[in-house]
Amino acid sequence: MRKTLPKLMGSLVVAAALLAVPVIAADTTGPAAEFSLQSRAGEAVSLSSLKGQVVLINFWATWCGPCRKEMPLLEQIQKKYAPLGFTMLGVNVEEDTRLMDTFLKDVPVTFPILLDPANGVSKLYNVSAMPSTVIVDRKGTVRFIHQGYMPGDESKYQDLIRQLIREKA
Amino acid sequence: MAPRAVLVAGAGVTEMKALLLLLALVSPAVFAEVLPEERADSLYHYYDGGGIEISGPSLLVRKSVGEKVSVSASYYVDTISSASIDVITTGASPDGYSEERTQWGLGVDYLHGDTSMYMGISTSEENDYKADTLNFSISQEVFGGLTTITLGYGSGSDVVGKIKTDFSEDVKRHAYRLGVTQVMTRNLIMGLSYEAIADEGYLNNPYRQVRYVDPADSTHWLTQAEVYPETRASNAAAIRGKYYLPYRAAVSGEYRFYTDDWGIDASTLEVGYIQPFRSKWLFDFKYRYYTQNAADFYSDLYPYANAQNFLARDKELSAYHSQGPHVGVTYTFLDRQGDRPMKSTVNVFFDYYQFNYADFRDLTSDADAGTEPLYSFDAKVLQVFLSLWF
Amino acid sequence: MKSHVPLQAGTLLLIMSGLMAGCSGLEPWVKPYERDRLADPIMSFDRNPISESYIDHVHEAREGARGATGSAGGGCGCN
Repeated sequence: MRKTLPKLMGSLVVAAALLAVPVIAADTTGPAAEFSLQSRAGEAVSLSSLKGQVVLINFWATWCGPCRKEMPLLEQIQKKYAPLGFTMLGVNVEEDTRLMDTFLKDVPVTFPILLDPANGVSKLYNVSAMPSTVIVDRKGTVRFIHQGYMPGDESKYQDLIRQLIREKA
Repeated sequence: MAPRAVLVAGAGVTEMKALLLLLALVSPAVFAEVLPEERADSLYHYYDGGGIEISGPSLLVRKSVGEKVSVSASYYVDTISSASIDVITTGASPDGYSEERTQWGLGVDYLHGDTSMYMGISTSEENDYKADTLNFSISQEVFGGLTTITLGYGSGSDVVGKIKTDFSEDVKRHAYRLGVTQVMTRNLIMGLSYEAIADEGYLNNPYRQVRYVDPADSTHWLTQAEVYPETRASNAAAIRGKYYLPYRAAVSGEYRFYTDDWGIDASTLEVGYIQPFRSKWLFDFKYRYYTQNAADFYSDLYPYANAQNFLARDKELSAYHSQGPHVGVTYTFLDRQGDRPMKSTVNVFFDYYQFNYADFRDLTSDADAGTEPLYSFDAKVLQVFLSLWF
Repeated sequence: MKSHVPLQAGTLLLIMSGLMAGCSGLEPWVKPYERDRLADPIMSFDRNPISESYIDHVHEAREGARGATGSAGGGCGCN
């Protein structure tokens, strides 16, 4: 009994593992959901006002390591493609804006930082990982959703942005 | 007793292999594990209690190598002066002694998606004891990153010596660990951990003696060497939690239950409160209570020589409780993002313990055998350390 | 007191695998953008590993109990 019990446990565990189904957020393609948020600069920015441009929406927070790492790389993308009809939107999801202010003092960016402390837009876009990146084309259609950040992801974003910039509005 | 200890170890391995397979089959969640923070800590520790003073440095450095690997190295020294009461009063070292223990450690963390693997070695050396330990663990984030499951295995190999003699005996140790941390709500995180340990070999102290009533005079006592079983199997399970208070502070609680086949049952309860102050200060408070009963074969005073197969008078195997507070102050004098070094803190921690023994007597007294007052002592522990994040 | 390590470890394993299988239909109830408070260093169980491992050593060298502290553990001949 002493020897069969662990073996029985082992096979039960394997059976349970096969039943475990992963939970992954559903993809949302189609028209990008409209929203309007206050920017850090104090003005209201709405997604519809940016129609005609390629938009990259990045959901981030200062407490998220990969988000902090990604920020300077997003700034590079902004500088490179903004003159070609592109804009980055950094949506900060934190309640406490002081942490964000401290971070942006050391890592300044030129693209708009929008404040979503009530998490309404995060919910609207089914944000299921931090950071989350959504790329919207000139017509306002979601073309790409990416969860998390791993080094090298920024070149994936750039490849798609170059392609979308060439498309007509 | 040896065959049973081996069976315990074998059964543990089967379960751990099964759980490792389970972890491999659970698909990666969308939340990636991250490498531990890069930091360097340098600490000075000081302990003063029960006639013993132990102090020394402790260093810990952790550095990432690329995006998937983190290495850590540690160095620790105990400089011990005086000796514990049982060693002094049973004649082993009447004036106490001075000793030094050095410990080195090296570890590697490897990140692969949502799985993190760790391997570490550690070696501790003093003039009469050498301990080598190997530790492995694998950790997986599941369920949207709300749950983290960790499996660990440790293997220890010690050589027990006795100064000025050729005495040498071995100890082998196996530890199996299982841990789960669970995000319960936006403000509450909880953890469960379980650890089974099996030891085999020379488990007692070669200097320590037990005492028995002198057949010639019942007010006096004589000594003989302690005799321990050659195996020990234990189980410990702990639950802990931390809750975020809305004004930015946190309360914590931990309870651990321990039991082993030497008959010892022990409970540990700890509660804590941490309070930030302004932007640079952090104060933390804890209170810990520990209680255990005696090992089956323990006795403060045996009625005659060789009274049992196993004999022990180690106060750590006796019935006792200890309790006391902890106070810690942390000051952050550097805090920035993007630049290196990023953050630096200075910390002063003070812990106080009061130990009260129910069946271990203070042999520095002249009273008749068995009527000496019960032993108790207090201990003060100080830690001063500097931490640097880079 | 007899040790029941295989039985206890096996039971724990069964409970955990049951939980994991049963969780397949459940959505994570704390969203990733709601993890800010939990990410605060004051909410860490392991804020200063160098200090936690020292204090665990202080306890283990003087107490009969060992294990389930969160630290990996090492040996010593602490009397």
